[in-house]
Amino acid sequence: MHRRTLLALALFTGLTAPSMALAADDTIKIGLLATFEGPFTVLGEDGERGAMTAVAETNGSVAGKKIEIVKGSSDASPDSAVRAARKLVEQDGVKVLVGPLSGDEGLAVKDYAKTKPDVTFINGTSAAQDTTLRNPAENFFRFSTDGAQWMAGLGTYAFKDKGYKKVATVAEDYSFPYTQVFGFMAEFCKAGGHVPSKSWVPIGNKDFSSVIAAIPEDVDAIYVALGGADAVNFLTQYQQAGGTAPLIGGSITVDQTVLTSKGKLRDVLKGTPSAGPTADTNDAPAWKAFVDAYKKQPGAFPSPSLFAHGYYVNMKATLLALDQVGGDVSDGGKKLREALSKLSFDTPTGKVSLDKNRNAIADIFLTEVTEGSDGNLLNKLVKVVPQVNQTLGIPEDEFMKLGAVNRDNPSCP
Amino acid sequence: MSLATIADGVVPQQNWLDKIGAGHVILGTALLLYPLVGSDFFLTQIAGYSMIFGVLSLSLMLLAGYGGMLSLAQITVAGIAAYAVAILGSNNSNVLGFGWPWWIVVPFAVAAAAVSSALIGWISVRTEGIYTLMITLAIATATFYFAQQNYAIFNGHSGYAGIHAPVFWGIDWRDPKPFYYLCLGLAILSYAAVLYGSRSTFGMTLQAIRDNPRRMRALGYHVTAHKVFAWFLAGILAGLAGVLLVWFNGRVSPGTIGVDVAIDILIIAVIGGLRHPIGPFVGAIVVILMQTFAIDIVGAERFNTLIGLVFLAIVFVSPDGILGLWGRIKPHLAQESLRAGP
Amino acid sequence: MSILDQPSSSSLSGGGVTRRQAWGLVGLLTAAIVAWLVFAVWPQWLNAILISKKAFVSAILNGLTLAGLYFLVASGFTLIFGLMRNINLAHGSLYLLGAYIGYEVTSRTGHWLLGVAAGFTVLAIIGVVMQVFVFRRLEGDDLRQTLVTIGISIVAADLMLAVWAGGTYQIATPEWLDGALTLPVITAVRSNGASVFLTYPLYRVVVLAAAIVIGVGLWLMLNKTRVGMMIRAGVDDRAMLSASGVNVHAVFAIVFGVGAGLAGFAGVVGGSALSVAPGEDVRYLLASLVVVIVGGMGSITGAAIGALLIGLAEQIGLVYFPTYGVVLTFVIMVVTLAVRPQGIMGKAR
Repeated sequence: MHRRTLLALALFTGLTAPSMALAADDTIKIGLLATFEGPFTVLGEDGERGAMTAVAETNGSVAGKKIEIVKGSSDASPDSAVRAARKLVEQDGVKVLVGPLSGDEGLAVKDYAKTKPDVTFINGTSAAQDTTLRNPAENFFRFSTDGAQWMAGLGTYAFKDKGYKKVATVAEDYSFPYTQVFGFMAEFCKAGGHVPSKSWVPIGNKDFSSVIAAIPEDVDAIYVALGGADAVNFLTQYQQAGGTAPLIGGSITVDQTVLTSKGKLRDVLKGTPSAGPTADTNDAPAWKAFVDAYKKQPGAFPSPSLFAHGYYVNMKATLLALDQVGGDVSDGGKKLREALSKLSFDTPTGKVSLDKNRNAIADIFLTEVTEGSDGNLLNKLVKVVPQVNQTLGIPEDEFMKLGAVNRDNPSCP
Repeated sequence: MSLATIADGVVPQQNWLDKIGAGHVILGTALLLYPLVGSDFFLTQIAGYSMIFGVLSLSLMLLAGYGGMLSLAQITVAGIAAYAVAILGSNNSNVLGFGWPWWIVVPFAVAAAAVSSALIGWISVRTEGIYTLMITLAIATATFYFAQQNYAIFNGHSGYAGIHAPVFWGIDWRDPKPFYYLCLGLAILSYAAVLYGSRSTFGMTLQAIRDNPRRMRALGYHVTAHKVFAWFLAGILAGLAGVLLVWFNGRVSPGTIGVDVAIDILIIAVIGGLRHPIGPFVGAIVVILMQTFAIDIVGAERFNTLIGLVFLAIVFVSPDGILGLWGRIKPHLAQESLRAGP
Repeated sequence: MSILDQPSSSSLSGGGVTRRQAWGLVGLLTAAIVAWLVFAVWPQWLNAILISKKAFVSAILNGLTLAGLYFLVASGFTLIFGLMRNINLAHGSLYLLGAYIGYEVTSRTGHWLLGVAAGFTVLAIIGVVMQVFVFRRLEGDDLRQTLVTIGISIVAADLMLAVWAGGTYQIATPEWLDGALTLPVITAVRSNGASVFLTYPLYRVVVLAAAIVIGVGLWLMLNKTRVGMMIRAGVDDRAMLSASGVNVHAVFAIVFGVGAGLAGFAGVVGGSALSVAPGEDVRYLLASLVVVIVGGMGSITGAAIGALLIGLAEQIGLVYFPTYGVVLTFVIMVVTLAVRPQGIMGKAR
């Protein structure tokens, strides 16, 4: 016998693996797509904790059916997100999928959702504007808010309460920071502020000292939308360079991953205003109950990250809607999607409902970095901006005229 | 080298079955009939995807196995074709998208890939051996960064989405079965082409250059031209694979052509074996299966450790990859097949 | 190809001297212009072109200090290559591991210098172990050696992710390295006539100084010591060196140890200046690759020149054309390859 033939036959028999195993009647399969590999693993795992908190609240079953969570893993690249979603839908046979985590993944999964009208997709924490704003998919729902919504109230606060008239921005050079800068500037420019200089820093750049030196010296404050390592590097180098202008933070610039890092960057962070879907010092009983429930998950952080929060809200919405339809997705999920569109419920961070594009209308929290009693830095709640919609309160046609976000839009030098 | 053995073997008069080889016939029939049993998921996500990456790795195998040039830029070349499809055809990213029909787009895309491949080859053959690996790695990274930063042509970090495979003869070629046959067609075609090409005058010359460039130069052969032409041919294969890849994903972004993918392709080729054109396909199936189902078996977290260890083991134990392992387990069969030719 | 590239005085072709003089003149002129740009008070039009004097001078200084860091990483890489023709694609992983070890040691003992020492020592040991257990077994097979380093880098990156997760670490520098130097460079003149002087972080100057010290040290080791002599001999003819009774394996192990140790050292120094996070391994591997391709494989002097070019290009690019700044370094590389395939200091083969 020919050796390659043998090889081929071995492979061939291996490849006739069973096609999608259908879920038994008394269980319901929910796909959970997050970044379980690559540098975002920590964030993906916290997202999973959030989702599992919601599952635990219903004791692992909905409408008398047992919930079976099937995990899908991406490395934060859109290609891998779509591949993982395909596996969950086409191989594992899930009819309901919660995820993904990051912005470009969200855009890619939305495109994939269009080709699978029978499957219901509920967002994880991806926060790109166009996932729902332009060219949305009928079966993609987002109960978390987008990156521009997260900035609601910050521009006005910086201009009116802080009195900053001229602000320079420093942000990473891709879609999510564009959206955040857009959200900030939409309000700040409208209030009469000016942004004379915008620095877009390539992703992965670690040395910001030259960028810092090039920031005009006559600005009142610097708006920084950098995440993780980039934020830590920028803040440290800003401190080293003896920077004096106060900072304004993007949603992920002053989150716990940055606030807990050691070093001298603490000094420049204190008093930095920011905005986002959560606040560390939220006294609302619902939030405190959520934090307690979250902490029961293995490996939990002291306080849930916005990824845990986003996955929780979206999973919660999924389970509520599934409960309403009695766990029945046999009609291609039509009833489920109807229930989801009409769903309005109280989350740990206030009431959430959907607009006509299936994007959340929710409360946004304006915060300021302060030192807690134990010496840790945290985001103190300054005020709640109630029920922010995707167009930031601007009439839709006017908002759409602002155009899609990019490096140069908006502009008010 | 075994390849030389294949070619050196005295080939007696053959009938058509012997010429093609019984193994090939059986394998071909099995692959043709596979859609009868395989699920849609396996047809596209495993088989189709493996064949795309198989062809990509085959283009690397062509350069490395016959030309001695180890390239990490094959995904870059495929990416150029993929971006060309997105730019010349239609996409939903509201950037460029000339909306040309597929039968103009595809030749253009493949030509662009082949020419850029030749260009990369021309730069990298100025140095030799192991340098090629470094230089192509640097070129791949530069292209990745450029694509990520450039919005006018590459649409930056987001890239292009909403790219559809063509619909003609009443068939949507992205449907599982047609797409499977499309991939299979390309795989068989490129496999046969490489196999045939390796025994052609050009193929033999290339292998001779690999083994002793100085002597070939002394004999009057234009060494650089031969190498660059090999890059051009590899570019055609990678370009075709790139077109299928963009139809498969429906999108292309800098992440598609990242350094990790470039290294994946090298891993596939090395795991499969650089000795025979079937190697890359074997490697692709093994790696893609591992990649897809690792999350169900070992968890996705440590997948890279697993694949890295497999890769290390292969490099240490069997330089010729799985094919080499097979050859060791079945030495007699291997010997026989080398004589008879596939 | 030689590790040391002493300028071989006038043994070049006849036109060499005049060409050298021409280059010297160009160099002097450039130095004069740069000196004027740095020390003079800028007229308005220049500020308009180059954003501000502060931005320009900072970019130059940052470019120099970044070059120092790149040189530290690339010198180990080029040293290993020069002797063993082994492209160690796990060099970036060595850098990152050194940084993590430096972080652990520094944060536990509170002594930064201990962290630096640990980074060098542990990685040097790992380097020797790698040489003895991995590369020696694949001797003479350059391709497989390189493939093995790819495998090692994949596994190492994943295991480091498992241990240190995706977080960002910063190695705390000691008090005496903190603070800023006030340089005698006037960046602006206030309306009241007072001059504003440029301040620059002390630590970065120390990085540059360390790079220069290490560079000179390597040069001395290669040129003035017995081991260095053996290494140089090994570079030119491995077989001959072995035949003359030298234990080549010991020389290889030393070089690999020093090369890997330098990567670890650079990791701690770089992790203190910037930060430690996953992905840095690939970043510094690529930086080393580009630096040594431009400078010439196997040459320490070449690594210094390459590091200078790449460091400056990166920082100036970041300030003046941020969009394509990252691509600039690769453009330099491709141009070098097209004009001089062996690199600036590389010997033609």
